[in-house]
Amino acid sequence: MSAPVPVAGARPRRSFAARTWSVLAVPLLVVILSLLLGAIVILASELLVARPACSTVTAGTPCGFDWMLWFTAYAALVQGAFGGSDAIIQTLVYTTPLVLGGLAVAFGFKAGLFNIGAQGQFLVGALGAVIVGVALAGAPAPVAIVAATIAGIVAGGLWGFIPGFLKAVSGAHEVVSTIMLNYVAVQLLAALVSGPLKVPKSPSPVTYDVGNAAFPIFLGDTGHIGIILAILAAGLVWWLLFRTTWGFEIRSVGASPDAARYAGMRPKLLTVATMTFSGALAGLAGTSVLLGVSHSMTSSFGTTVGFDSIAVALLARSNPLAVLPAALLFGSMRAGAGLMQINAGIPVELVDVLQATILLFLVASPVLRRLLRLRNVQAGIATAAPGQSLGAGTAP
Amino acid sequence: MTDETGPILAPALEMRGITKRYPGVVANDGISLEVRPGEIHALLGENGAGKTTLMNVLYGLAKPDEGEILLDGKPVTISGPADAIARGINMVHQHFMLVPVLTVAENILLGDETMANRVFLDRREARRRIIELGRRFGFEIDPDAKVGSLSVGWQQRVEILKALYRNARILVLDEPTAVLTPQETEEIFGVLRRLAAEGHSIVFISHKLYEVLEIADRITVIRRGRVVGERQPKATDEDDLAALMVGREVQLTVDRGDSHPAGVVLEVKGLEVRDDRGQPTVRGVDLEVRAGEIFGIAGVAGNGQDELVEAIVGLRKPQAGSVNLAGQGVTGNSPRQMNEAGVAYVPADRHRFGLILSFPLADNLVLTSYYRAPYARGIVRDPKAILRDAAVAIERYDIRTPSATVRASTLSGGNQQKAVVAREFDRELKLLVLDQPTRGLDVGSIEFIHRQVIAKRDAGTAVLLVSAELDEVLEMSDRIGVMYAGRIVAIVDGRTADKNAVGLLMATGGEERSASAAAVPA
Repeated sequence: MSAPVPVAGARPRRSFAARTWSVLAVPLLVVILSLLLGAIVILASELLVARPACSTVTAGTPCGFDWMLWFTAYAALVQGAFGGSDAIIQTLVYTTPLVLGGLAVAFGFKAGLFNIGAQGQFLVGALGAVIVGVALAGAPAPVAIVAATIAGIVAGGLWGFIPGFLKAVSGAHEVVSTIMLNYVAVQLLAALVSGPLKVPKSPSPVTYDVGNAAFPIFLGDTGHIGIILAILAAGLVWWLLFRTTWGFEIRSVGASPDAARYAGMRPKLLTVATMTFSGALAGLAGTSVLLGVSHSMTSSFGTTVGFDSIAVALLARSNPLAVLPAALLFGSMRAGAGLMQINAGIPVELVDVLQATILLFLVASPVLRRLLRLRNVQAGIATAAPGQSLGAGTAP
Repeated sequence: MTDETGPILAPALEMRGITKRYPGVVANDGISLEVRPGEIHALLGENGAGKTTLMNVLYGLAKPDEGEILLDGKPVTISGPADAIARGINMVHQHFMLVPVLTVAENILLGDETMANRVFLDRREARRRIIELGRRFGFEIDPDAKVGSLSVGWQQRVEILKALYRNARILVLDEPTAVLTPQETEEIFGVLRRLAAEGHSIVFISHKLYEVLEIADRITVIRRGRVVGERQPKATDEDDLAALMVGREVQLTVDRGDSHPAGVVLEVKGLEVRDDRGQPTVRGVDLEVRAGEIFGIAGVAGNGQDELVEAIVGLRKPQAGSVNLAGQGVTGNSPRQMNEAGVAYVPADRHRFGLILSFPLADNLVLTSYYRAPYARGIVRDPKAILRDAAVAIERYDIRTPSATVRASTLSGGNQQKAVVAREFDRELKLLVLDQPTRGLDVGSIEFIHRQVIAKRDAGTAVLLVSAELDEVLEMSDRIGVMYAGRIVAIVDGRTADKNAVGLLMATGGEERSASAAAVPA
């Protein structure tokens, strides 16, 4: 197998701008394509709604076909997310669990594990936080907050430990076991909230308020300290992965389990540890929503944060620092969706459409790369030497 | 050079001034190659010289930036492998493209262009043609045999048959002998000579000099993407070819000097190991390696060598038997315990085990020591220390790389292996275990690695060397164990061993004792 010999003085060194572009091009293009597709969806749905011609109705009534509706909608989305300090704080609140969940999934990817169970770990984490939070609702705030947070982290970690352990001892694939554990988590939550945790005599299943265990607000009316926790967690995960021997082992196992074993690392132990830590991060995400936003739990607790986290991690290409902007994008869409519905009459569900198309385009990103003629680090050489074109092994 | 001996025929294939650039790299720089009908034309060059790129251009897998291809004197544009095959150009790859569970006939019909528009296969006709073709070129093959049950040598014949079945006129063989025993190589050479006699043109890609001298009618040597010389086998020798190929004088045979074996370092007794499928693969091996000696293990790939080595270094748990290191029992120890006990291991598959290709070179250089001082304090890594020592290793082991931070995948095979060697050799060792240390490497890198191994031996390290390259085992080893079907069937003296005798032992396990007079049963 021959690889071409580099010619002296003509090293394949690209400029900073070119390298930045090759990293950012695909995520940017994916988002732009999704917004375009969203615009088409908006216009198509508008077409389906029969409206009277404008000449026949009084002013102020919706009429005619509004070609610019997509613009109205997106403008409202942006305004809802960033128009004023309250909106921005709300965006940050929406972003917080996405950062933590995105970190959980990204951390798993780095070890070659696809943690689809972030949703379940998120729910179980919140459950842990609400149980301890309610129990300590009257205790001094610092004690209650710390204890409830740790409970959430431990509970999420336990929910991640299970699939990690199963994989290590029996080879059970984590995708299958985490999906199943998601269902278990949903049912566990429903059972507890409508059973032992339910406020007696309450008409609907809901737990007591966590009282003193609630996260303090430090920004506006809703900006809780979970925002700071999320940013710290991103830094911590980056440091763990890239500055510690533990992170080196995790990345080694993710990139090449055989080489890791050869190097004296213990892939099975690392699988368990990684899934546990990943679950703990997802558990912290659930904790931040419970202690920071809802303060109590209903049986319908938990949106799709755990699933959105997968999209966040993919968009960030598993880089813990890139998780921050990726989560901000998704968080701002969630935060702005309400105003979009009010101003443009576009249902908030459009945000789901956008997220889904982002995910689809990301999965199809090899096609995009080819269309864009973006080089991988060594395409060209890779065609001459197929054996050397192994990928970074971040995504499954 | 115009000392032609035969009649001058119009070339069956001519490549003129082929230039192929990749970003930052000129893989082929104005290469011209001319192959006549009935000629075996060897293309000789180190890894990375541009042989494969040139053949990819011929096969339509890469578009040349400049130059043209002529078939029978007519310029052609080859759009892809299907087009190349339709024009009578066929390639036999180094890694066979065969489906093991299908029969010989099915493999040959697979992907045949003449079958493209048909629903049913005419098996009877196909079988008839396969048998006939085989006979014509001197081998009888059963079209209904499962390919998976054939030996490597026969699989190669199936590959060649596949090409002939598609009416190939020009046959390109990429390192065809890399996986064969000396006897199998001779047999394949016989087939190739018959093909040439029938008027087929053969391009024979290799970096083994003696083979090229034996089989080729003409030899074109390329280096760094350029043709640096054309030779007739009669008018050249190995030293001349090696110097052309590498660009400087090379010492081809290792000057192994005298060894001074001391006490036993590695002692393996009654070792039994299973492979990944649970099959007993090592079936009772006893061996001893002493300090300051190289113990070579010769054997056809797949006779248990890899499993034996993996059991010794701790990657595989033995079923029975014991491994002692300098008198200490180390059976079943973990790879890290073995590493810390002074055992270094160069694995056979550097892409899968030896390196993490997506990681920077510097990280790969500390792959087995990343957790120790000075590369880490507690759990915190020290990038400065890692980069500093990487720079030293790059210098000392002559690893050609733009920097220590490029991905290992961007290095050439030789430089990748030098990185593994740098990592494993650069400390005090009791035992050095080498599995195929020079497989697929160029002459210059092989020379370098062999010297490092000899230096380790002379420093008192016990060396266990496994190689499918019999020549390497013969040149390097003080003693040689021949492995066959999971056992060491003979141990011979490395300096007096006869190549054919060892080759026969490798192929038969020593059933024909008469041919192996030099061999002493273990």
